[in-house]
Amino acid sequence: MLNLTNIELTINCKKILHDLNLEVRKGEIHSILGANGTGKSTLSSVIMGLNGYQVKGGQILLDGEDITNLPIHERAKRGITLGWQEPARFEGLTVGEYLRISNKFSRDGFLSPRECLLKVGLAPELYIGRAVDGTLSGGERKRIELASVLAMKPKLAILDEPDSGIDSLSIDHIVDVIKTFSRTGSAVLLITHHEEVAAIADRASSLCDGTVVKTGEPVAVAKFFRNHCEECPHVNKPAEEVIHNG
Amino acid sequence: MVDYSKEFEAIAKAYEASGGNPNDLFDKKTASLVVSHHKILFQNSIPGVNISGEEIENGVKAKIVVKPGTMVKYPVHLCFGVIPAEGVQKIVSEFDIGEGAKVNFIAHCSFPNAIKLRHIMDSKIRVGRNAEMNYAETHYHGKDGGIEVLPVTKAIVEEGGKLRSEFKLIKGAVGKLDLDYEGTLEKNAVCEFDTKVYGKGDDRVLVKESLFLNGENSRGLAKSRIVATDRCVSEVIGEAVGNAPNARGHVDCVEIIKGKEARVSAVPKLLVVDDRAKLTHEAAIGSVDKKQVETLMARGLDEDEAVDVVVKGMLR
Ligand SMILES: Nc1ncnc2c1ncn2[C@@H]1O[C@H](COP(=O)(O)OP(=O)(O)OP(=O)(O)O)[C@@H](O)[C@H]1O
Ligand SMILES: [Mg+2]
Repeated sequence: MLNLTNIELTINCKKILHDLNLEVRKGEIHSILGANGTGKSTLSSVIMGLNGYQVKGGQILLDGEDITNLPIHERAKRGITLGWQEPARFEGLTVGEYLRISNKFSRDGFLSPRECLLKVGLAPELYIGRAVDGTLSGGERKRIELASVLAMKPKLAILDEPDSGIDSLSIDHIVDVIKTFSRTGSAVLLITHHEEVAAIADRASSLCDGTVVKTGEPVAVAKFFRNHCEECPHVNKPAEEVIHNG
Repeated sequence: MVDYSKEFEAIAKAYEASGGNPNDLFDKKTASLVVSHHKILFQNSIPGVNISGEEIENGVKAKIVVKPGTMVKYPVHLCFGVIPAEGVQKIVSEFDIGEGAKVNFIAHCSFPNAIKLRHIMDSKIRVGRNAEMNYAETHYHGKDGGIEVLPVTKAIVEEGGKLRSEFKLIKGAVGKLDLDYEGTLEKNAVCEFDTKVYGKGDDRVLVKESLFLNGENSRGLAKSRIVATDRCVSEVIGEAVGNAPNARGHVDCVEIIKGKEARVSAVPKLLVVDDRAKLTHEAAIGSVDKKQVETLMARGLDEDEAVDVVVKGMLR
């Protein structure tokens, strides 16, 4: 469904992603493992088409259509959306309104803001009227982000660490939500540092220094990630690898 | 009974356009004052709230007294309108909120046809000890922008008192706005100014909010949210003076610029006199936050729609 081939991305003459190949299949949960700074969030930004993340080389295909140069909202209308690692805060925009915006372009059917909140374990009556601003805690904001991705019923949900900042008692809840995505036909690109969360995936890829080094069955990839990163002499320091001909 | 003259109808219509419910204006349960140009169309006092208006040259002088200890159940309605396209309207008002009283004001200012109009608001406010006053003023201007609005407020908030004042001008053309709000705070007093303006065309926006934190433990907030599009020029001055131990003042200004020809500036002025006072400011001026816009675009809104959602939320 989603195919990335030979993705190259440089930011300020720094090579962040290179020779990156990745396939996400229809309705699968595909987890991404990788140490801090290996380019996981950058990869999400590239797929979503955020400003400053236009690729220098390579191609992104969604169901065979070349979306490499499409703006963000056009990708969203084709069914791709992103749940941010650190979601934005909005003054004066209520949770209900935020979820309704997401619902507007939902691919099929309607999940009310209430239902979305219940699914992520937030009591609707306490949250629906609150602003999506700085008064929400980090974990609350993360759950609302997940609820808003849910409201879109996307073809592909890119979830950048949906489990970070979530208390340990609620992780199961989040895992359930992620499973719901795939049950209802959405593919999930799941970035996580928790192995037990990554384990729910159908397939996994390991990212190292801006490229995919292994894709396969989750347990095998997790093992590879652990061993490879333990034995690998490579030190991930892209910040120093300045490419002068940029 | 209500005088349903043509003028009244026009004012009621303008009031409605600015977001008010005209029926509230003439409800005997609510204290109110309705002014059309230089004329008092209606005024109503209720037990504990005395409103006395007087017509003066080019306007109206009004005194609003809330008796000590009165908990005013329904908001007091104030409506100032000018239907003709030209002229001057001067409103000189005095608010006296007695000790321990609590009152909310809803004020609407409507100038639907303004082409060459000056609206001067000269207000003095005293919020007594432990009293609380909330004041929300909404403006509705026509599309022409031939209007000058000069709201000046000098407020004193006595020990333990609270004043929250909001000024909103987001419908129609601003014209020229020169707002000057000043709050003087005594011990344990709280004062918040919140100004929201949407400037378009050739609008000129000048907002000055000043806080004098004279009392120990007083708290002040000078907040402003301005959007400047087209050729609008906007300047915000947020001032706080910390004169007492443990006084806290914060200046919070966001100005969003849309388009190449608009200009925005922010000038925070913080002065600490007592070394135990603490003043802070934050200003974000420039284009709309990229991440906010991209978040909404990732949900399917195009860029203009996304900016619109962000801006509307901010001016709410
Ligand atoms: N705008 C930018 N300018 C400069 N460097 C950047 C920029 N964006 C990302 N990088 C660098 O690219 C690398 C990858 O960053 P990214 O945020 O994708 O990492 P990540 O894998 O998501 O890490 P984490 O697990 O900490 O979230 C990092 O070294 C980061 O410093
Ligand atoms: Mg990241």
